[in-house]
Amino acid sequence: MGTEQKLVPRLLTGNEAVALAAIEAGARFFAGYPITPSSEIAETLSRELPKVGGVFIQMEDEIAAMSAIIGASLAGVRTLTATSGPGFSLKQEAIGYACETEVPCVVVNVMRGGPSTGLPTLPAQGDVMQAKWGTHGDHPAIVLCPERIDDAWRLTLRAFNIADKFRTPVILLLDEIVGHLTEKLELPLKQQPKLFDLPAAPSKEGYLPYRFGGDFPPPLIPVGQGVPYHVTGLLHDETGFPTNDPDLAERNARWLVDKVEKHKDELADFETDGVEDCDTLVFAYGGCARSARGAVKMAREKGLKVGLFKPITLWPFPEKELQEAAKTAKRVVVAEMNLGQMAHEVEWALGRRIPIVLHSKLGGEPILPSEILATIEGRD
Amino acid sequence: MERVDYDKYLRTSRIPHLWCPGCGHGIAMKSIIRAVDHAGWTKEDTVWVSGIGCSGRITGYVDFNTLHTTHGRAIAFATGIKLANPKLNVVVVTGDGDGIAIGGNHLIHAARRNLDITVVLLNNNIYGMTGGQCSPTTPQGAMATTAPYGNIEHPFDIASVVAACGGNYVARGTVYNVNELEKLMRQAFLKHGFSFIEVMSPCPTAFGRRNKLKNSIAMMKDLKERSISVKKAKDLTDDEREDRIVSGVLLDREKVEYTDMYRQLIEQLRGS
Repeated sequence: MGTEQKLVPRLLTGNEAVALAAIEAGARFFAGYPITPSSEIAETLSRELPKVGGVFIQMEDEIAAMSAIIGASLAGVRTLTATSGPGFSLKQEAIGYACETEVPCVVVNVMRGGPSTGLPTLPAQGDVMQAKWGTHGDHPAIVLCPERIDDAWRLTLRAFNIADKFRTPVILLLDEIVGHLTEKLELPLKQQPKLFDLPAAPSKEGYLPYRFGGDFPPPLIPVGQGVPYHVTGLLHDETGFPTNDPDLAERNARWLVDKVEKHKDELADFETDGVEDCDTLVFAYGGCARSARGAVKMAREKGLKVGLFKPITLWPFPEKELQEAAKTAKRVVVAEMNLGQMAHEVEWALGRRIPIVLHSKLGGEPILPSEILATIEGRD
Repeated sequence: MERVDYDKYLRTSRIPHLWCPGCGHGIAMKSIIRAVDHAGWTKEDTVWVSGIGCSGRITGYVDFNTLHTTHGRAIAFATGIKLANPKLNVVVVTGDGDGIAIGGNHLIHAARRNLDITVVLLNNNIYGMTGGQCSPTTPQGAMATTAPYGNIEHPFDIASVVAACGGNYVARGTVYNVNELEKLMRQAFLKHGFSFIEVMSPCPTAFGRRNKLKNSIAMMKDLKERSISVKKAKDLTDDEREDRIVSGVLLDREKVEYTDMYRQLIEQLRGS
């Protein structure tokens, strides 16, 4: 942990925190393509990776960058790429390939206004559903969303750990607010990341790279380490070869999702504030959670019983944890910079038992604490 | 030349392959295997990467580290593998649709970077797997399922395009002249830096039948008759060269390679 010593404490943007935490996590390969507002991640890693013997490459396009990190990961290196909305869309086919071929990697998406070129320099949270459903077919989605710089650091460490444990891509979903704000990072972190124990390298004898079932997938033996096997995006059997056998194909497809779903509780991550007796629960994540905290504070100062629920793991959605936090609530205010992508999920998770009030904003300006307060008070 | 034990390099349980009778891809696969054997590469240290299409299926049949990737992106995957572990021998097998149309961007940039991988492009002038649609190398006037009145587009001379982009070695061969093909492949494999070999491979099913080359014999004869060496082609006019297959080494040079440059950068930064 030599890097930590050098870094205590320092001012970092969210993008810089992700880049440096990736190195701390052992990432030694980054492939990317310039795109606002994520480019500082590439710039920081182009400077820092070669210093630690790692490789940075600016690829010819977003798809190539995603493909290259999958290749590098198969060769045994911890890898990441970073992008924003339009680039995230371009990467989706290859993200699905990483899901199907069970290749660990971390994909950072610093959200900006969309659709299309949208608002390139301004924040939004419109990719929440793309992060879950962006690629075609049924597939797993693990999406982590930081609110602060210490979050960004901690979740980056966690993202690499989860990716390796589950052998699947992990999406780090920032918004432009978190990507570009500067905050003090104090190391060591007050709150350490929740990490899974990673198993030792498996035996090369009778290695099945794609075993279905079991608790977790078998660890990956990198290509070029004496165990030649086949990797394909076609549905395949446990050896990795394509299959048209309906039973095997179904087991393969289900396994990808099941391996994540059955560890939902361990993946869940969230923060609450004042939910014990709340009448109104504010639900907010990422940059919006910062404003929501202010609104909750102002409301409580006014004597209103208001609490905050901030999901950190957006997918799998922490529904049990939300249900627990909303036990006393008579309504939920969802503040997000999209047209209610998460509000629908909240409504579903709470069984339409109580009203969900959506406070959304799309024009590129952050939602202000006073605006959320107005919604809490029913003044908007 | 010593006989090669093909079974040593094949996943025999995955054979028979899915290529049609008369397809040239099996001949190309055997040529690649012979070249790998003669180059002294081992299974463990060699990675084959392919994309989607008829050419893409080759990675299922050869017993190496094999990656069957997404459509057009094999070179980008290979770039990640090579940079993560420069000791590995990395061969990309692609086709004219996979490598020139959807994946053309990656091809020209890999050549520009001069990354030490070999790209073998099996050019059958058609999209075979999807049923005979025209590709970027379908000749002008040829019939295809998406060119029912004849193709009005100009085809790529992809070997010349790659040579113009960079790389250290560019060659073209045919599955008719397998001795030359294997020699070219071996040279490509042993070349340090980016190497590219275009292999003319007949597709009787999706191309020949619609274009007055009704079977594999007719297509093989066509390859033979149209082939001309690089040396002899120099004396032809552009018009005379138009329908010919110029075979042999088109580019052979020693520009500095990408992973060597990167290693130097790391050493320089860590030394200071």
